[in-house]
Amino acid sequence: MTPWEPVIGLEVHAQLSTASKLFCACSTAFGATANAHTCEVCLGMPGALPVLNRRAVELAVRAALALGCDVRERSQWSRKNYFYPDLPKGYQISQFDKPLAIGGGLDFASDGAWRSVRLCRIHMEEDAGKSIHDAAVAGTRSLVDFNRGGTPLIEIVSEPCLHSAVDAAAYMKALRQVLRHLEVCDGNLEEGSLRCDANVSLRPAGSATLGTRTELKNINSFRFVREAIEFEIARQGQALDAGEAVVQETRLWDADARVTRSMRSKEEAHDYRYFPDPDLADLVLDPNEVERWRAALPELPAAKLTRYQHAFGLSEYDARQLCLDARVAAFFEAALATHHNAKALANWIQNEVLRQDAPDLSPAYARQIAELVALIDDGTISGKIAKEVFTELSAQGPSPKEIVKRRGLTQVTDSDALGAAVATVVAAHPEAVVAYRSGKTNVAGFLVGQVMKATGGKANPKQVSALVIAALSTGRHE
Amino acid sequence: MSRAKLTRPAAAEMDLKVVRHMARLAHLTLDEGELSTMGRDLSRILGYVAKLDELDTTDVPATTHAVALPTAWRDDLVRPGLAHEQRLGNAPEPLGEGFGVPKIIE
Amino acid sequence: MTTLCDKTIHELGALLGKGEASSVEATRACLLRLEETRHHNAYLHVDPKGALTAAKEADLRRAAGEPRGPLDGVPVALKDNMLVAGLPTTCASHMLEGFIAPYDATVVRKLKAAGAVLLGKLNMDEFAMGSSSEHSHFGPVQNPWDPARVPGGSSGGSAAAVAAGSAFAALGTDTGGSIRQPAAFCGVVGCKPTYSRVSRYGVVAFASSLDQVGPLSKDVTDCALMLEVIAGHDEKDSTSAAAPVPSYSAALKGGVRGLRLGLPQEYFIEGIDPEVRAAIDAAVATWRGLGAEVVAVSLPTTDYAIACYYLLCTAEASSNLARFDGVRYGRRAAGDLGLREMYGATRAAGFGQEVKRRIMLGTYVLSAGYYDAYYKKAQAVRTLVQRDFAAAFATCDALVTPTTPTTAFALGERLADPMTMYLADVFTVGANIAGLPGLSLPCGQGSTGLPIGVQILGPHFAEATLLRIGRALELACGEDRVRRLPPRASARASVLGVPA
Repeated sequence: MTPWEPVIGLEVHAQLSTASKLFCACSTAFGATANAHTCEVCLGMPGALPVLNRRAVELAVRAALALGCDVRERSQWSRKNYFYPDLPKGYQISQFDKPLAIGGGLDFASDGAWRSVRLCRIHMEEDAGKSIHDAAVAGTRSLVDFNRGGTPLIEIVSEPCLHSAVDAAAYMKALRQVLRHLEVCDGNLEEGSLRCDANVSLRPAGSATLGTRTELKNINSFRFVREAIEFEIARQGQALDAGEAVVQETRLWDADARVTRSMRSKEEAHDYRYFPDPDLADLVLDPNEVERWRAALPELPAAKLTRYQHAFGLSEYDARQLCLDARVAAFFEAALATHHNAKALANWIQNEVLRQDAPDLSPAYARQIAELVALIDDGTISGKIAKEVFTELSAQGPSPKEIVKRRGLTQVTDSDALGAAVATVVAAHPEAVVAYRSGKTNVAGFLVGQVMKATGGKANPKQVSALVIAALSTGRHE
Repeated sequence: MSRAKLTRPAAAEMDLKVVRHMARLAHLTLDEGELSTMGRDLSRILGYVAKLDELDTTDVPATTHAVALPTAWRDDLVRPGLAHEQRLGNAPEPLGEGFGVPKIIE
Repeated sequence: MTTLCDKTIHELGALLGKGEASSVEATRACLLRLEETRHHNAYLHVDPKGALTAAKEADLRRAAGEPRGPLDGVPVALKDNMLVAGLPTTCASHMLEGFIAPYDATVVRKLKAAGAVLLGKLNMDEFAMGSSSEHSHFGPVQNPWDPARVPGGSSGGSAAAVAAGSAFAALGTDTGGSIRQPAAFCGVVGCKPTYSRVSRYGVVAFASSLDQVGPLSKDVTDCALMLEVIAGHDEKDSTSAAAPVPSYSAALKGGVRGLRLGLPQEYFIEGIDPEVRAAIDAAVATWRGLGAEVVAVSLPTTDYAIACYYLLCTAEASSNLARFDGVRYGRRAAGDLGLREMYGATRAAGFGQEVKRRIMLGTYVLSAGYYDAYYKKAQAVRTLVQRDFAAAFATCDALVTPTTPTTAFALGERLADPMTMYLADVFTVGANIAGLPGLSLPCGQGSTGLPIGVQILGPHFAEATLLRIGRALELACGEDRVRRLPPRASARASVLGVPA
């Protein structure tokens, strides 16, 4: 049996985070009643004409720059002609032979290994509306909602350079992270702001020519990216092993049955008859503006990840958690500017701040957190007390220092006071002393806990621990 | 992205198969008689336009707009669209707030 | 008062200003004339209530000393491919029968802002595809000069209404000559502005890179007045020009002394009707007499313009008309049909034969395997056509040509073979391909009394020059004192004892 090498390319569609649509002033907000956000332009009414959204272009260019593409100063709009109910004009305004950007690539981690994807191109286009077939809503008919129609998209086309379903899913995750980090797209797969089609083919291992590919659609989660591609690889492999040819076609992923199904309609011939859209002038970018956008690009997640690990000695896990969201990373760095304990701050952010319902990520709050950690580090309070202070902490409220002072939470470090407390507790638990002597050393922890309780948590745990062990070891319990 | 090289039907006669295919692409239901008439008309017209071959257009760039047009921009502002009656008032099959169509079978 | 509707806009303006007439009277006069000339079939929809309301408001403004300008209270009509909110827009097609426009076209908004009174919507070739206004789902339009003849197309209703006096002026659209040719056939002035001069927003697209909205009027001054109102940048039309709009009416006085008029030799060929030729020659002689220099120029690609045009316009039209699928508006085919069947049946029933023909041709021209040979080739030829005109304008200020090779042909004469109809556009399509402004104005009559039009073409944004040249001819021929009217109207005038 021939060993087959899978060859995969992804076409990822990302909705750009603009307020209005690509060619008209209707809102792109998700979730409104059907057709609430429509006008004559995005409904394809007679006489309507498109006008380009400046911000959509800015976001598209930023994405292209961040992905290392060659951004073309001049690109062209094309009409992609076909009939479908969710396509109001009977054509989609897209970019065909003169796209916004070509080339580019993305490095990402997959299953512990470092991978590299080369991009073919990035172009802009408008989204189509949505057809609803749910019988509860549409009965025996289908219903079309054009709210989504006209939303700006970028289509990111990769070269067919991925060779496993796992890699494909990891690539898509990494791409999503970049787009979210740039605030170009919110990357919400469930809402459909990030979608992908996968082109899958097989070839004999070691061969350089490409096999016949199928296009997979209706993949709306990372898990499905992997499952659909895995299924398709297996399906094609079986066919080829049996001596059958793979048919070039479009297949839909059926998430319930976990299979891909052919959606090739017998009559539909896809001749899109692309030609330059005469309603739009060429998209000409101002090179100075492009440079300004390039200079303003935030540090990409991959670079930030490396920097956090190298400069601050954070673990990859911790660094990753902080890099997931641009605002979290900014919060971390704002806190770091106040108090330079990266590891401690990383822990506080992950375990306390982000666990809140609606975490405040403002710089003011970051400074509060940083001060809190500083108080632990200089011994003013213990970690446990800090957690109490944290519950009272807010961006505009009193500083941690003030709270500690007001509540008298300063750590007790006076050895006489601690010694007395330890003595009291040890005297109250003679059985613990016996247990300790007979080898059950963990009762020391229990006693430390009792001392902490007795001191209202304010005792310095390290000192208490040392004193308890000393008391238990010497057997003195006056 | 496939574009065949310069090709033209050998004779100006349009193959009925081609006419049928164009009618399908254009979503026009034509009966055999109409297809035949259409084929004749199209052949006649294509026969005429073939005279463009007499012009040498090597190295002549294509023009989409006769007048130089700068890129036209719009700020990213939301404006109210059409009211309910204007949106759905002309719809052949308003279905709730949506446009009803025959069931789309994938 | 009965001939009030035969006045020009500027004459009406004078009367309105002196209080010797009211907008309501002018509107009523047009509506009456409309009734009398119903058989022309120029109008598809009349809005008497809306018109009279607007007229009353204009009269009130005038009484309050706040008239809005030369078009305030002037009754005009619009080709039925321009959207007027709340009124039907059919494009003379069964497909849009019953369609009520949900918004105003920009040119409509401008006319309303200028105070113009909108009388109604005018008949045309379906979706602007045609040169005779015979391809209308609602019946052909008659030429007011001869009921057995076409008024030209596709803005035949616009030309006929202005010629008959049932509107003071009208708007039409010109994609391959559809304003200029009917203007010539009906003895009125018609102007296709430079591509991008006038907004296309709200005008149902036929061929997006060729369409322009323009006025049809009784004389050159009226044309300038209309153009001043409708021209200008529109932020809703990405193809509209930002260039400022000059005062076209102020530019009329210039005369032609020192101007150079070019006669393209390829436009003065065998196939032209000798009477048309004679009329053009007379016009040229008049201009020469007024001090213009006349030079011979050449436009070698003239012979290829029609072929180029019909490839470009049908390709764009096939795409522009794809939105008519019965989903969101339009006449959907009845019956329990599946989706694709619904599309096919809706479009087959909704579109007339000429429209279907052009959609099919356009689809073919863009289809895989033929795109390079046809569409891309035509776009390259377009560049050559533009270069021709640019070279010609290096040696002259404007070109003078016949608007059409013949006077109005008979109804039904050119329906058998589409090519015979297409070839009628030979003198007009060049301007659309190159985006140039063009003006057609009456310059004589044939022995049968049918009007003949002379065409003036200019470089981009040279409308003022064209109007100036046209005005000079008008003055010299005495057009401003005596305007030739179609037989019916002038017969009626003489019956009433009013000089024609």
